[in-house]
Amino acid sequence: MSTARAEVAAEELPSLATRNPISRSAVLRSLWRSRTGRTGAVLLVVLVLFCYLGPLIHPTNQTDVDLLNAALPPGDGFPLGTDSNGFDVLGRLMQGGQVSLQIGLLAAVFATTLGTIYGAVAGLVGGVVDGIMMRVVDVLLSIPFLFFVLIIAARFTATPLTLSLVIGGFSWLVAARLIRGEVLSLRVREFVSAARLMGASNRRLIFSHLIPNTFGVIIVNLTFQVADSIIVLAALGYLGFGLSYPVTDWGSQLSSGVSFLAADYWWLIYPVGGFIVLTVLALNLLGDALRDAIEHRSP
Amino acid sequence: MWFLLRRVLVSLVVLLGISLVVFLMLNLISDSPGRAALGQQASQAAVDAFNREHGYDRPVLIQYVDYLLQLLRGDLGRSYKLNEEVGTLLLQNAPRSAMLSLAGLVLALVIAIPLGILQAVRRGRFIDRAATSISYLLYATPSFLIALVLIGIFSQTIPLFPAEASQSSSPWVVFTDPRSMALPLITLAITNVVVFAQYQRSAALEQLGMDYIRVARAKGASERIVLTRHLLRNAITPIITLVGVLIPTLLAGNLIVEAVFNYPGLGLLFLNSLHREDYPVLLAYTLIGGALTVIGNLVADLVVARADRRIELGR
Repeated sequence: MSTARAEVAAEELPSLATRNPISRSAVLRSLWRSRTGRTGAVLLVVLVLFCYLGPLIHPTNQTDVDLLNAALPPGDGFPLGTDSNGFDVLGRLMQGGQVSLQIGLLAAVFATTLGTIYGAVAGLVGGVVDGIMMRVVDVLLSIPFLFFVLIIAARFTATPLTLSLVIGGFSWLVAARLIRGEVLSLRVREFVSAARLMGASNRRLIFSHLIPNTFGVIIVNLTFQVADSIIVLAALGYLGFGLSYPVTDWGSQLSSGVSFLAADYWWLIYPVGGFIVLTVLALNLLGDALRDAIEHRSP
Repeated sequence: MWFLLRRVLVSLVVLLGISLVVFLMLNLISDSPGRAALGQQASQAAVDAFNREHGYDRPVLIQYVDYLLQLLRGDLGRSYKLNEEVGTLLLQNAPRSAMLSLAGLVLALVIAIPLGILQAVRRGRFIDRAATSISYLLYATPSFLIALVLIGIFSQTIPLFPAEASQSSSPWVVFTDPRSMALPLITLAITNVVVFAQYQRSAALEQLGMDYIRVARAKGASERIVLTRHLLRNAITPIITLVGVLIPTLLAGNLIVEAVFNYPGLGLLFLNSLHREDYPVLLAYTLIGGALTVIGNLVADLVVARADRRIELGR
């Protein structure tokens, strides 16, 4: 699911010849000037603050089951009601949000790092090695992503770390393709030849020269990847392969709320659903604006 | 002809790679099929005997070659949990899933292609901006959430459609019982339209800037002729490719929709097999998914090449 989303979202940047080296302040300025970028950034900051600082303002007990107060509608003391275990829904949203954001970020960092190194090696070495490495990517891209992730997630006990590794471990393919493309056009440029003439090893070329110059692509890919990972995580949680008590994430929360759909306990479904959508929306807006900012960088 | 042959050969290599990756992965996860088949209570001796009898104690690569030969004979293995041939199980469920997915895809294309072109023609106007904003929102919504909201509105609040899909065993149920299949179909259509329409919009925008459109207009062709005769033909090719590329996504969407609406198809079979740890079924369906993707991409490339004579495959 997610790979194809990222593939559609992360179109390739224009050729490097038309781009100047990255100036961070210029990118940030143009990001702030675009309405989508501003909306995405503000929304994301608000969501992160809600999840991490929220519990300080609205402290709740999220470890002890309280069946006397189970499944209460929003009201006194429980602004968004309680779930079937008596946990305060608002507090649970914050706690689940922390876990979802962490897993999303960790999976994305993992996938982008793996993809970047893989793509850079393939692009720099070229020839038969490149051919084989990219066929491997073709093979893995052809296998339905969700099937693979489900099979692995079902086999192992889910913890935030294992889920990040499983999601990230199957999401690096698009990043690998994009970075390889960038490196293919970078490696014939003068500064790379110069570094090579001065005796730089392949490893030095990759880590000191090539990867730093693909940073724009990397950061755009990372942003979209966090969004995709959060969606995959939610799907895993919804299908029953998410985290288990006492840890929770938005998908697992939604999954336990769904059993009460017929009872019309709307506060167990719509708030958490809304938070998933807003987070992914914020990240996608930010990713789009970042891509534009890096493409048409203002002087 | 050369290109076609090369393209088919590459596809075959990729198919072989898929089978190797999936086989090794499942072998790594479920190292003792005997334990999985006989259960936790079985004695170690019984498990060992089972593994020996079915050849699971041999080196992995030999097992893989054996599995490949078995596949070539059309034998997808046996589900020990259900005591049934995997091929039979898949065949029982495939027509229902295929009809649901195809109907969802066709519905999505019928909406997305005109919508994308309309957005391109009315670029920056209200309809374009509204459609883009809604797309952003729906694009950020997981498909199961779309399904849940639809159930909440059209099944709970306004009891128009049932919340569960038809349980009929007929693959034609999509057409014979449209009321019970409405929500699954709409869910699939929405998730697909969001992707296709935005793609169609950018493809159409690119074409609208080209000379042949200006020539057609200069010749005095009506806007309707320009759009249907000239633009549509050229702007539709990226969508064909996209359908090929998106097959894994379509399969995943099918799985989730079948899970939400409890529709007895391949997706639900896959999920139940996950819970049963029925690895032969998981292996077979994942392989078939990979094969469908490779074949879908190949077919999409061929169709595009036929539609657009300037493209030569393999170059």
